[in-house]
Amino acid sequence: MKVLVTVKEVAEVGDDFAIEGTEIAESDLEYDLNEWDDYAIEAGVRLAEDGIADEVVALTIGPERSEETIRMALAKGADRAVRVWDDAIADSFLDVDTKVDLLEAVVDEEEPDLVLTGVQAADDAFGATGVALAERIGFEHAAVVNDLELDADAGVANVRRELEGGVEELTEVDVPAVLTVQTGLNEPRYASLRGIRQAQRKEIATKDLADVGLSPDDVEGALTVTSMYEPESESDAEIIEGDADEAAGRLAEVLREKGVEA
Amino acid sequence: MADPAVLAVAEHRRGELREVSFELLTAGRELADAIGGELHVAVVSGDVESHADSLNREGVDAIHTVPVGEEFDHSVYQGSVEALVDAHDPTTVLLPNSVNGLDYAPAVAESLGIPLVTDAIDVAYDDALTVTREQYGSKVETTLAVEGDRFALTIRGGEWPAATGTGEATVESFDVDVDPSDSGARVQGYEEVGGGDVDIADADVLVSVGRGIEEEENLELIFDLAEAMDATVSSSRPIVDNGWLPKNRQVGQSGKVVTPDVYLAIGISGAVQHVAGMKGSETIIAINTDPNAPIFDIADYGIVGDLFDVVPELIDDFE
Ligand SMILES: Cc1cc2nc3c(=O)[nH]c(=O)nc-3n(C[C@H](O)[C@H](O)[C@H](O)COP(=O)(O)OP(=O)(O)OC[C@H]3O[C@@H](n4cnc5c(N)ncnc54)[C@H](O)[C@@H]3O)c2cc1C
Repeated sequence: MKVLVTVKEVAEVGDDFAIEGTEIAESDLEYDLNEWDDYAIEAGVRLAEDGIADEVVALTIGPERSEETIRMALAKGADRAVRVWDDAIADSFLDVDTKVDLLEAVVDEEEPDLVLTGVQAADDAFGATGVALAERIGFEHAAVVNDLELDADAGVANVRRELEGGVEELTEVDVPAVLTVQTGLNEPRYASLRGIRQAQRKEIATKDLADVGLSPDDVEGALTVTSMYEPESESDAEIIEGDADEAAGRLAEVLREKGVEA
Repeated sequence: MADPAVLAVAEHRRGELREVSFELLTAGRELADAIGGELHVAVVSGDVESHADSLNREGVDAIHTVPVGEEFDHSVYQGSVEALVDAHDPTTVLLPNSVNGLDYAPAVAESLGIPLVTDAIDVAYDDALTVTREQYGSKVETTLAVEGDRFALTIRGGEWPAATGTGEATVESFDVDVDPSDSGARVQGYEEVGGGDVDIADADVLVSVGRGIEEEENLELIFDLAEAMDATVSSSRPIVDNGWLPKNRQVGQSGKVVTPDVYLAIGISGAVQHVAGMKGSETIIAINTDPNAPIFDIADYGIVGDLFDVVPELIDDFE
């Protein structure tokens, strides 16, 4: 069985940041592998280690910079990677539909049996790409999966979906399927030095719009960011000033006022 | 019946409508007024008659019941919503941004070929739809202009007040050709997780620890503080994901909802799913190195500082 894992390089905002127009200043952003995708990679690699998956392919939509991130997936055990990017999408907000256009083209070529995505990307937090992709490519799906047992012979994935309030739904999902992976599904490994060395030799195929059979018109999204601003505070927090000693002293006073007693 | 501006789809679990269903009515009414049209509500599966009764609140024009199946099954929900859209042609399909909402909303939007915006915290309509949502772990808000005249939206729980009053909606059963036994994802059952010796929901004072603690060994510092303050230790999700604390200590959307007298958040950023579990606390105090951490937006007191400097001092103060 072939497993395709979608990974995204996400932007994280530093402690202090500036907003320029409808974007965060580039110098205030740090890039990292999306937390949820780390668990999806681990799930894919374990399926390979358990002899269930023959090949694990990592797939990303991202600029050249994101090769650093996708190398992490390779270092952790993915066999090879595909990166889709084009200057024509560099400056627009990639909506779910556009992402699915790009992913679908690669799925058609790779013909995986199982697609693992993260529940959401930490930066945009749309939480929709995996399920929309499933609908497009005609796969079954399950969202927010925190436990997975694949019965390849029976063609089903037995999953737990993590609902709100500590309730889990036990569901049997027909394969081929797209599963959106929740943190806690497994314990993502750190890349070993050997893995990092091996990753340097693994293939990252890059594809532009033409390679995936799309034109710039096809990927014109329906969403435009019209403003970005810092949210207004809902409370008037009293920020306790001073060095650690003073601040802790004042906080201890506050806590005692609130009835906290040692 | 006039064409609806908004079709809102209620959510229920194990016999109970979830609170977000009533919030959908408020958001739906607002949006329907702005667009100029009716608010229709769909209730799919389970005891649809009694749910329709509860959902018949002020501002609802029509309720469509789909008496197929018992619990949430995404193919039944998707099939029902698509058939209702076909029959009634609403401008907006309005769904909850819940775990189950995210299990079918993207499929509905994809199948209908309409744009989707998830996790909306505000919406406005003035010839075109504008949606407000958060990005970068709640550090910024953005507004998105949506192109087109049909769209799907999921709304964040707790952002709109629940609708009240009694409505005069027509209630009609809707016939749709969906069969739960055809579903490719079959629900086998449910399990409650996170029981155990400590019930953090009972505690008057919680000392809650997040990823800022960095290493498992460092948790000792937090337990020392809790002991000095006679408090109970809880945590954000990553601490539980890492296996450092059991699931019954997790505060938030997928953990416990807590309302202690004092909630002391240490090295917790204040992600929406965390805040969902503790925003009802009497007094919220945050210790965080990042002055822009969203936890300060809901805190009553804050220290912008390093927990490894502040917590030892605080322990001293209480010992
Ligand atoms: C479907 C779903 C359900 C979820 N359910 C939950 C849930 O139930 N509960 C939950 O908590 N999360 C939940 N999450 C995850 C949530 O989105 C966040 O990822 C999580 O809450 C982040 O935890 P954190 O604040 O500890 O970590 P981070 O967001 O990484 O924040 C760590 C904070 O520590 C601060 N810090 C770092 N070093 C120090 C220091 N030395 N001193 C002081 N401060 C420091 C940083 O500035 C930062 O603000 C859910 C997510 C999804 C998608």
